[in-house]
Amino acid sequence: MLFIKCPYCGIRSQNEFAYGGDATVKRPELNKEISDKEWDDFVYNRKSPRGKHLEFWHHISGCRQWFKVHRDTATHEIFKTLKPHEEL
Amino acid sequence: MTQEFRLKDEGLIDRSKKISFKFNGKKYFGYEGDTLASALIANGVHLVGRSFKYHRPRGFYGAGVDDPYALVQLIRNNETIPNIKATEQELFEGLEAKSVNCWPNVNFDIGGINNFLRIFLPAGFYYKTFMWPKSFWYRIYEPFIRKAAGFGVVTHEHDKERYEHKYEYCDLLVTGSGPSGLASAYSAAKNGAKVILAEDKPRFGGSLLTSEVTIGNQTGKEWADKIVTELKEMPNVVVKNRAQVFGYYDHNMLVMSERISEHMPKTEKFMPKQKLWYIRAKEVVISSGSIERPIVFGNNDTPGILLSSAAKEYMKVYGVLVGKKPLIFTNNDSAYETAIEFKKNGINPIVLDSRKELNSDLITEAKNLGIDIKFEHVVVNANGYRKVKSADIAKISEDKTNLGKIENIACDCICVSGFWTPTIHLASQSGGKTKFNEDIDAFIPSQSKQNETTVGSANGIFNLNDTLKNSFEAGYELSKKITSKENKLSVPAVVEKKNSKHDKFWCVPLPKGKKYKRFLDFQNDVAVSDIELALREGYRSIEHVKRYTTLGMATDQGKTSNLNGLQLVSNIENKVVPEVGHTTFRPPYTPVSIGAIVGREVGKHSKPTRKSPMHSWHEKNNAVFVDAGLWLRPRYYKKGNETLFDASKREAENVRKNVGVCDVTTLGKIDVKGPDAAEFLNRVYTNAWLKLPVGKARYGVMLREDGIVMDDGTTTRVSENHYHMTTTTAQAANVLSHLEYYLQIVWPELNVNVVSTTEQWAGAAIAGPKSRDLLQKLFPETDCSNDGLPFMGFIETKLFGVYARIFRISFSGELAYEVNVESDNGNFMWEKIIELGEEFKIQPYGTEALSTLRIEMGHVAGSELDGRTTPFDNSLEGLLSKKKDFIGKRSLQKEAFISPDREKIVGVVPLDKKTSIPEGSYIVRDANAKLPNPKLGHVSASCWSVEYNNPFSLAIIKDGKNMIGQKLFALSPLKNKSIPVEIVSSHYVDPKGERVRS
Repeated sequence: MLFIKCPYCGIRSQNEFAYGGDATVKRPELNKEISDKEWDDFVYNRKSPRGKHLEFWHHISGCRQWFKVHRDTATHEIFKTLKPHEEL
Repeated sequence: MTQEFRLKDEGLIDRSKKISFKFNGKKYFGYEGDTLASALIANGVHLVGRSFKYHRPRGFYGAGVDDPYALVQLIRNNETIPNIKATEQELFEGLEAKSVNCWPNVNFDIGGINNFLRIFLPAGFYYKTFMWPKSFWYRIYEPFIRKAAGFGVVTHEHDKERYEHKYEYCDLLVTGSGPSGLASAYSAAKNGAKVILAEDKPRFGGSLLTSEVTIGNQTGKEWADKIVTELKEMPNVVVKNRAQVFGYYDHNMLVMSERISEHMPKTEKFMPKQKLWYIRAKEVVISSGSIERPIVFGNNDTPGILLSSAAKEYMKVYGVLVGKKPLIFTNNDSAYETAIEFKKNGINPIVLDSRKELNSDLITEAKNLGIDIKFEHVVVNANGYRKVKSADIAKISEDKTNLGKIENIACDCICVSGFWTPTIHLASQSGGKTKFNEDIDAFIPSQSKQNETTVGSANGIFNLNDTLKNSFEAGYELSKKITSKENKLSVPAVVEKKNSKHDKFWCVPLPKGKKYKRFLDFQNDVAVSDIELALREGYRSIEHVKRYTTLGMATDQGKTSNLNGLQLVSNIENKVVPEVGHTTFRPPYTPVSIGAIVGREVGKHSKPTRKSPMHSWHEKNNAVFVDAGLWLRPRYYKKGNETLFDASKREAENVRKNVGVCDVTTLGKIDVKGPDAAEFLNRVYTNAWLKLPVGKARYGVMLREDGIVMDDGTTTRVSENHYHMTTTTAQAANVLSHLEYYLQIVWPELNVNVVSTTEQWAGAAIAGPKSRDLLQKLFPETDCSNDGLPFMGFIETKLFGVYARIFRISFSGELAYEVNVESDNGNFMWEKIIELGEEFKIQPYGTEALSTLRIEMGHVAGSELDGRTTPFDNSLEGLLSKKKDFIGKRSLQKEAFISPDREKIVGVVPLDKKTSIPEGSYIVRDANAKLPNPKLGHVSASCWSVEYNNPFSLAIIKDGKNMIGQKLFALSPLKNKSIPVEIVSSHYVDPKGERVRS
C-alpha cells in the first residue's frame, strides 16, 4: 500500500485516496472548435509509461482535494506531490 | 504411557505440566512448551502424513517454519483447520489432530501405489496426460486428481473465530529475535527509537536457544532473556512472539500475522484467533536468520531423516531425541554441535563428513568425546519405508563423482546438514537486489530499494561476534537517523567456537545401476530426475523449470529446496548459480489464514449500513428492505400474506388513485454555492441554467466527457448564489468527485464550493392526485395551490414549526411534491404525513412501487443510464442545449453516436397482456431464427402497469423510434421464455405529462 503525501494534509495511506488519471492532459477550452483527433486525444488517448508519470489523485476520505503525484509506475516511488496549479 | 524418546531434564519445556492430546485417534502425552511435533517425536511417532504426489510416508524434516512435511488437520473449538504445521502448533490440553492426504489411514495409504507407479508420473505428467480427450477433464480427471492430491480438508462451515486488524507505525521494525534481531532492537530502542520486535516462534532468542556461546558473562540464552525482559519494559518498544512478518510491500508497509490464541484449547470470548498487523516502518531490520540446507541422496525423504539443526533443537528446546541410533551427515562444522549434544545425552552418533579430515574447535571437541567420525564419507541411500532403518554409506572421491564400496549401517535417524541458506525472502520482496555469495554458496541481499537493512545470518554472516557488532551498529545508525540521538551501547564480548570451511558438496551421485529417487522438493515431490527431464525437454529459464516441475511451489515456498534446485540446473547447464538466477520471492513467506486477511469485515461488518431517519418507522410498519448501495430502503410494506408483487401493485395503485408517501432521503444532495454557481451548473448540465429564477427547480442531465450519460436529477435555486442539487442514490459519491475535479482542476477560476448534504436532509415524496390536499393540511399557512406552488416550484416554509423545504417535482408522473426537513425532524415529518394523510387514504410505498410508477411513465433511471447510453439513446435530445458548451458535448458529434443503428428507448407490451417479460431479455425479430439470433436490443426494466393492468417493459433497441407498432419477440434463454411483444412508446402513461402540472 502506497504512502502518499497529500499537499494539504500530509502523509496518509493509499486507502484514503482515489486515483484520478494522467495529470498532463489539459481539457480543451469551452466553445473552441477542435478537430476530432484533438478531442479523442483528450478523452481517450493516454500514454501508459513504464517509469515516471504525473497523475491526479483525490483525497477522497480526507480533505477531498485533488492534487498531482509524480510517481514511478514500475517501482511506485513517489518523487513529489503538488497542488493542482503547481508545475513540476 | 511413557515417552520413550523424552530426555530426563534437558529442554525448556515444563515437565510439571502434563498435557494429553490425540493424534489420528490415539491418545498421547506431552508437556507444556511442546509443539505437536516434539510431543509426537517424544512418543516415537515419526509417520505423520503422506506426500503430495506419490503418497510416500512423511515425517518431520525441520522444527519450525522450514518444515515441508508435517501438515496436519487440527480440530479445535469444534472446528477443523487444514494444513497446520505440526512443528509450529503448540500443544494444548485436548488437542486433536489428524494426518492429511491419506486414505484409509496414514499407515496403509492406497494412494501409496503412486509411489510404485512413479516412473509413470514424471514432471509435467498431468499436462501431458490429461489433455485428451478434452471432455474427460471435468468428469473424470479433475475429480480424481483432486481426491488423490491436495492436503487438508476445508470445512464448509462458517468460520466462527474472530480475526482482527491493527494498523501500526514505528521507527524500526525488527523481524526476528535471534542474536542479530535482539542486538538491533536493543541498540535502537536505547537510542530512543520506537521499535517493534517480531518473533514467529513462541520463544525469543533464535539460535541463542540452542548454541553453546557466551555473551558478556552469560550464556546465549541468558543474554537473550535479559535483553527481551528489558525491551518489554521499555515504553517505546512493542515485543511480539508468535508473530510472523510475512510480507514486505510498497513504501515500507509490512504485514505481520500474530497468533493470539491458537496455542490455547479454546478462544475466550472476544479474543481474536489471529491479528493481522499492517506496519508502516520508517526503517526495517531484517534479522530473519537462515535455514539449514539438505544434502541430496537416495530416498532422502524417508521419515527419520531431518535437518541436523532440527535434531539439535528437539533436544535442546524440547528435551526430545529424534532417534537413538543417529547418523549425522554433513559438509560443514555446525552438525558437530548436534553430534556433541547427542553424546552429552548418552547417545553414540556416527558422523559422516564429506570433507577430507580436518580440525576445528568443534571437530576436536567431538573427537575428544570419542564420537565416531568418518571423513570423506557420504550417505548414498536410506533404507526403510515408514521409518529409516539403515543407511548405505560409502567413501567418496575427492572430486565427488566416484563412490567406494557400499556399506550398510543400521540407524534410526539421519541428521543432515548441507550448510546454511540465508532467509532473504523479505529483503527480496522489498524490491532489493540479491547477489550470490561464493563463500556460502547462497544468495544474500546486495542492494536495498526501500529502507531496509539485513543483518546476521540472513545477510550471510555466520559468526556471532560479527553479527552482534554489525547489528548493534545497524540499530544505532538507523535510530540516529530518526531520533537524532547518540546513545551508543558497547558491544558485549563473545566467546564462540571457530568453524572451519564447509564443503561445496550438495548431492550424492547415484551408485552404478541404481535409480534411487533423490528428492529436492519434499512437499511437492520433485526429484533430481524431474529437473533433469525438464531440462532435456528444453526448459531453460529457472522460472519455467519451476512451474513445469513445481519445484519450490508448495506451501513451504521452497525454503529447503530452492538452492539445491538451482545447483542442479546450473550443474546440468554447465553454468554457475548466479547465471541461472533465482525465482522471484513473493509474499506471503508463510501461509496466512484467509480469515486473518478478511479480519472483522465479515457479513454485516463488511460495509457500513446507511439508514434513513425514518428507518425505525419502516421497521415497525412491516417494511421489507432492499440494499441500495450502502443504504437500506423499504422495498415494500407487507400486509398479511402479500407477495412482493401484490404489495407493490397495491402501493402503486394507491399512488395513482389517492396519495402515497415514499422515503427519498437516500437521494444524493449537494449544495452548490458561490457567485459563479449558475455558470458552473451551465457547464456541468446539458441544458441551460443561467436563467433559472430563485425558487425554481429544473431537471438536468450530466454527461461524462465521452458523451455517455452520467447522472440525472433536479437542481433548485434556493437563493441567488445557492443551489440544491440532487443526484441518484447510486451516483451521489461519483457526482461529488466529478464536480470537485472540475472546480479544483479544470476551472479553478470559478468561485464555487460544493459539499454533500445528503445526510443533512430527510426527504419524503408525496405523490398522487390527492397530494395537494394533503400538502395543504400539512402546511395550512402556505399557499399550496397550482399558482402558489406551480410545477417545478420551490418554497421554504414551516411544518408545524419545523423548517421545511417543498419541491414540486415528480418521479412518479403524478401530481407530486418532495418535502425535506433537517434529518433530526425526519421522523416527525413522516408521522405527520401519515397522520394527516389518513383521510386521503395515504399508504407508504417502497422502491418496487416507485419503479413501477417511473417505468410506466417512461422515466429513465439506473437500468437505462447504465454507463453505455447517450442522451439520444434515452430520448433526452430535448435537454441538449445548442447554444452553449458543456461537459461531453463535443463527443456527441461522434459518428457512432448519431448512427441510426444506435439503440433507443422504447416501451414493450406482451401481445397476450399477461406474460411478464424478464429484465435482460433480448428483443429479436424471429424467435426461431438460427443461433446466434441477431439481437435488436434488450429489456432494461419491467413492471406490472397499474394504469393498464398488464405487463409493461422498457427496452433499448436498434432504430427504436421507427420500430413502434412492430410485433417482435422477447427472448429469455435463461428463463426459457419466448414472448411475442409489441413495441410502443416508452411514455406509456400520460405521454403529454399533464398530471404533474395539474
